[in-house]
Amino acid sequence: MEITPSLLALQLVTGIALGAVYALLAIGLSLIFGMLTVVNFAHGAFFMVGAFIGLYFLGLTGNFWFSLVLTPLVVGALGLVTERFLVRPLYGRGIDYPLLLTFGLSWVLIEAMRVMFGIEGMPSSTPPELRGAIDLGIGFFPKYRLFLIFATAVVVLALWLFLEKTRYGLIVRAGSRDGEICKVLGIDIARVWLVVFGIGTAIAGLSGVLAAPTRAVNPEMGIHVLAESFVVTVVGGMGSLPGAVLAGLLVGIVFSMTSLFAPDLAELSIFMLMAVVLLLRPQGFFGKQGLMS
Amino acid sequence: MKQAFEFVRRHRVAAVIAFLLVFPLLMPYHALAINILLFGLFAVGFNLLFGYTGLLSFGHAAFLGVGSYLTGIAMVHGGWPWWAAVVLGVVSAGVAGLAIGFLAIRTRGIYFSMVTLALGQIVYYAFYKAERWTGGENGLRGIQVPAMEIGGLRLDFLDPVTKYYVILAFVALALWFVSRILASPFGAVIEAVRENDRRAAACGYDVARTKLLVFVLSALICGLAGALRALHLSIVPIDSLHYLLSGQAVMMCLLGGMGTFFGPFVGAGVFLTLEDVVTVFTKHWMAVVGGVFMFFVLFFPSGIWGTLVKRLERVR
Repeated sequence: MEITPSLLALQLVTGIALGAVYALLAIGLSLIFGMLTVVNFAHGAFFMVGAFIGLYFLGLTGNFWFSLVLTPLVVGALGLVTERFLVRPLYGRGIDYPLLLTFGLSWVLIEAMRVMFGIEGMPSSTPPELRGAIDLGIGFFPKYRLFLIFATAVVVLALWLFLEKTRYGLIVRAGSRDGEICKVLGIDIARVWLVVFGIGTAIAGLSGVLAAPTRAVNPEMGIHVLAESFVVTVVGGMGSLPGAVLAGLLVGIVFSMTSLFAPDLAELSIFMLMAVVLLLRPQGFFGKQGLMS
Repeated sequence: MKQAFEFVRRHRVAAVIAFLLVFPLLMPYHALAINILLFGLFAVGFNLLFGYTGLLSFGHAAFLGVGSYLTGIAMVHGGWPWWAAVVLGVVSAGVAGLAIGFLAIRTRGIYFSMVTLALGQIVYYAFYKAERWTGGENGLRGIQVPAMEIGGLRLDFLDPVTKYYVILAFVALALWFVSRILASPFGAVIEAVRENDRRAAACGYDVARTKLLVFVLSALICGLAGALRALHLSIVPIDSLHYLLSGQAVMMCLLGGMGTFFGPFVGAGVFLTLEDVVTVFTKHWMAVVGGVFMFFVLFFPSGIWGTLVKRLERVR
């Protein structure tokens, strides 16, 4: 196969589309961590649940847009229940406990989906209006993947507006700086944490629905996704939203470029990228020095 | 009761070994007993880092897997005798521990768990892709330990009871080694690092080097568990390297009681027996084990053995 500039450009766009999903996943993870200092080990499982619930709604209604709106709400609600009844009792007991608990939860969620939808997984389909490819000038590119990039941009923009321009967003940002002071000022910080955990898991669910048409939907799909989203978060800097977006896109591009030149090393490459970043800049692109200590 | 407890505590290695000697007689079948023995050792190695040093690694499957694979590769492709292959497996796991530990200890807290998980996955994919040597997705097959004779005693690995006791000999050695580490001044330093690493540093201990050394020691123990597991299974499944297996070590350690000497074995026993029993009724055993684990995290974070020890200490 000859490597032409247009092939490279196409592969770049493919990488950005893949990176868009990584960015979404890392945003959810980072949002929860930045606020609650909880690493959600069930994040991949919520992503997987999102993909299944999305397909379920799609089968029920036949309308992709309907399932795109409804699924994050359902997964977000699941996140709310998780925070309220499982994670909340663990605050103040050390950072490892929420992590351990969500790891156990991921096992339960995997089996729950196996019970509900079978161990084989489900066939997924691209919504009719997004099928086919369009000419980008450098070659034909699947419409759906362009839509992925667009959808991610919308979510990132909406989240940014929420955090920077609304009163509630101000409270969230203040809470992640210093929860103690917020409490003194009369803010119910426990409720803010609940909402943030819900938003984080809802975004994980959303990325599940969005990613479903581009990959195999089965109960184990979240297992590798979790490891990959950790790579993105470590590269971008834990708790940083711009870091999550930038690192997500970078990881996607590195993956797709490596699969062009050395397909065998594609998975390996993103983990190697993380190792290099750890050597040169342990706190990641946008991570604050000493945040982890 | 009190005296018995005190006696067990003072002679912890002897007590574990005495228990493990009669253990196969208590189990319904030997395969489960061997599994508990191997995973117990895996969890002991992991506990050294998690329970005693307070570092939660999610990448320890890498060391179990490297131990297994290198032992297997030396025997299948190199034609090495099994004992030399085991040594190679253990040493390789230690080298892997040095490499991963070097990168991972640059981070702290929650970061450490994520980074060890991701670094462990590097090893997973590397072995997955090196199909020529590792068999890739199918795993490495054809590891056979020939029957041997030591001082007129015939040892045949095809006999599960013999296999159990040969493996137990190695496990006993490892347990003695771990107990010595914990009882040494170095053992006191690693617990100091767990309690307060800044203070340990202020006392003049090199925290980074201590962490790295424990990381390597822990990898060696897990590597031994892996090497023995290769002999036991006679194949090395690729899942041996996956972070889900690291997660199992975490679960076993917490179920039994982290930071206790007997805890990891108790945890491995409970975990594997639970899996075994639940599979009789439903194939969805992960839900049950995951649920039990969550219950312990929420209500009994000291684990079964740890809670027992606490109760007994209160009585005293």
